[in-house]
Amino acid sequence: MTEFVQHLVNGLSLGSVYALIALGYTMVYGVLQLINFAHAEIFMLGAFAGYYSASWLPAFQREPRFLVILSLSMATCALLGTVIERFAYRPLRYSPRLNALITAMGVSMLIQAIGQLPFFMGPSPRFFPELLPNTTLLSLGGVGVSSLQAVTLVSSVVLMIGLHRLVFHSRFGSAMRAVSFDARTAGLMGIDANRVIALTFMVGSALAAAAGILVGLSYPRIEPTMGVLLGLKAFVAAVLGGIGNVRGAMVGGLTIGLVEAMAVGYGSSSYRDAVAFGILILVLIFKPSGIFGRGAVVEKV
Amino acid sequence: MNARVLQGWAWMLLGLLLVGIASAVLPSPSESYPMYVVGLAGINVILAVSLHIVNGLTGQFSLGHAGFMAVGGYTAALFGTKVIAEYKLMYISEPVSDTILFFVATLLGGVAAGIAGLFVGLPSLRLRGDYLAIVTLGFAEIIRVTIENVEVLGAATGLVGIPPLTNLFWIFFWASATLLYAKRLQECTHGRALLAIREDEIAAEAMGVDTTGYKVRAFVASSFFAGVAGALLGYYLTILTPKDFTFLKSVEVVVMVVLGGMGSASGAILAAVLLTVLPEALRPLREHTGVDLRMVIYASLLLLMMLLRPRGFLGRREIWTMLRRRRETEPEVAP
Repeated sequence: MTEFVQHLVNGLSLGSVYALIALGYTMVYGVLQLINFAHAEIFMLGAFAGYYSASWLPAFQREPRFLVILSLSMATCALLGTVIERFAYRPLRYSPRLNALITAMGVSMLIQAIGQLPFFMGPSPRFFPELLPNTTLLSLGGVGVSSLQAVTLVSSVVLMIGLHRLVFHSRFGSAMRAVSFDARTAGLMGIDANRVIALTFMVGSALAAAAGILVGLSYPRIEPTMGVLLGLKAFVAAVLGGIGNVRGAMVGGLTIGLVEAMAVGYGSSSYRDAVAFGILILVLIFKPSGIFGRGAVVEKV
Repeated sequence: MNARVLQGWAWMLLGLLLVGIASAVLPSPSESYPMYVVGLAGINVILAVSLHIVNGLTGQFSLGHAGFMAVGGYTAALFGTKVIAEYKLMYISEPVSDTILFFVATLLGGVAAGIAGLFVGLPSLRLRGDYLAIVTLGFAEIIRVTIENVEVLGAATGLVGIPPLTNLFWIFFWASATLLYAKRLQECTHGRALLAIREDEIAAEAMGVDTTGYKVRAFVASSFFAGVAGALLGYYLTILTPKDFTFLKSVEVVVMVVLGGMGSASGAILAAVLLTVLPEALRPLREHTGVDLRMVIYASLLLLMMLLRPRGFLGRREIWTMLRRRRETEPEVAP
């Protein structure tokens, strides 16, 4: 039982990171019907933005260092996300969806390749600075919650509550949902779709950057290719929850995290990367629209 | 059989004859590096043309070609290390026996990949949209992770000791078989159905096209040839590692199809050759600057192509139809 609760804690903290990344995928898919492969790279750049701002800016040696670096990295990535949208995706808004998908892959590859060049981040891994002390914060009957896990959980929950407010209780949120429901009609109702899309990228990228920092804290080895696998798993989480559905992404992320932690805890850790994809295939066979999906939509002529 | 079909076969036989002669005269891939690159280009041509069947003709987006390649490659390689290296066929000389068994191995690889394609395609091709991309991507990752953990398949260090039986002749044989299949497919009922699905799936269904059935069959055929390419690669390199079949490899094949022009087999061939030779041509640059710019150039090419010339090199045109049209129109102009 103790063991189970411990895996539960580990899974929740891992899953909340997946959820943060999955939100970006799902929001962009909602408004553009585009799998934004570059999102994983934004996550990676978020971790690196944290790394560089921690090592370059000595002014941030004082507390609350973590919060300053977190917001700095989120701002950088929000900007990057909008730049990518403006220059890579917007020119292709009216071309076939396949082209946009391939462009997304191209952007992802380009960022990774440039990142691996020696005068940028270089191919070898770097070590994320210790922004927060890693201590056992809580120990209850053999179950330990480290401070990093607590920080990860609390920050992602705060961010997700904020996002939930933004999407479901604000003007921008209703515009976003309108665009994702039907972009053309939303346009006719006076919603500037381009602005909504740009803002969506901004919000999604900021969340990915936060996830990057949180991952950097718990798993300090950061490298330019770190986004690939995590990004894919987060994407699986988005599909699991029902792609395009914001609440689904949160639930999907937590589910993937939990299942993965259980698989590592009770099974073998060598298959941990296959677990998420196994879930994906099961989901697509039995309920392709995901947990919260609107049901398999059959297009009519 | 009409004249055009015979023409296709004739070209293939002529090509095989030429390659047979060439591989007897020219140095073998194991001896000369340029010939080795030619062989790799041939294998990439098989991959690109097989993906063209799914991507170019049917308009479906598969991101797991490396997975099928891995299934085929490892199946054939296992056959190679366990059977070809140990047993010989009776009453015939060793080289002949090896060649026959090698052909069986490539077929086995193809069939294994085809079966995998059936299992992946059946659930995902029922759905429209990006699901195929998602599932194939997941499938390829599962395959790779599984291989990394199975001792019999060499785990992460790779499967070694595959007999070096792939030569240029066999690569060309399979490349032309793939091309001939893709080309003939386009002109028969099955291919027409695929084209209809590409243009408008809903309309095709309304016209009575069994969209799922045709899509799955095309996908299985494509996986078959990907498996064959994997088998050839294994016997070419004599070692297979899971690193040969990463997500990046799948992307590389997609890039070939897209650069060449989605819907053009000759474009896919062109791009496959170009993208195999380009890194070699860029080698001096890498030595000069000390930086591996290959991926940067790949990615920028892809992006520029999508933004400036979204239809690829050739669009949907084929080199041979362009040539034929010129030949056919010339007499009309002459008088």
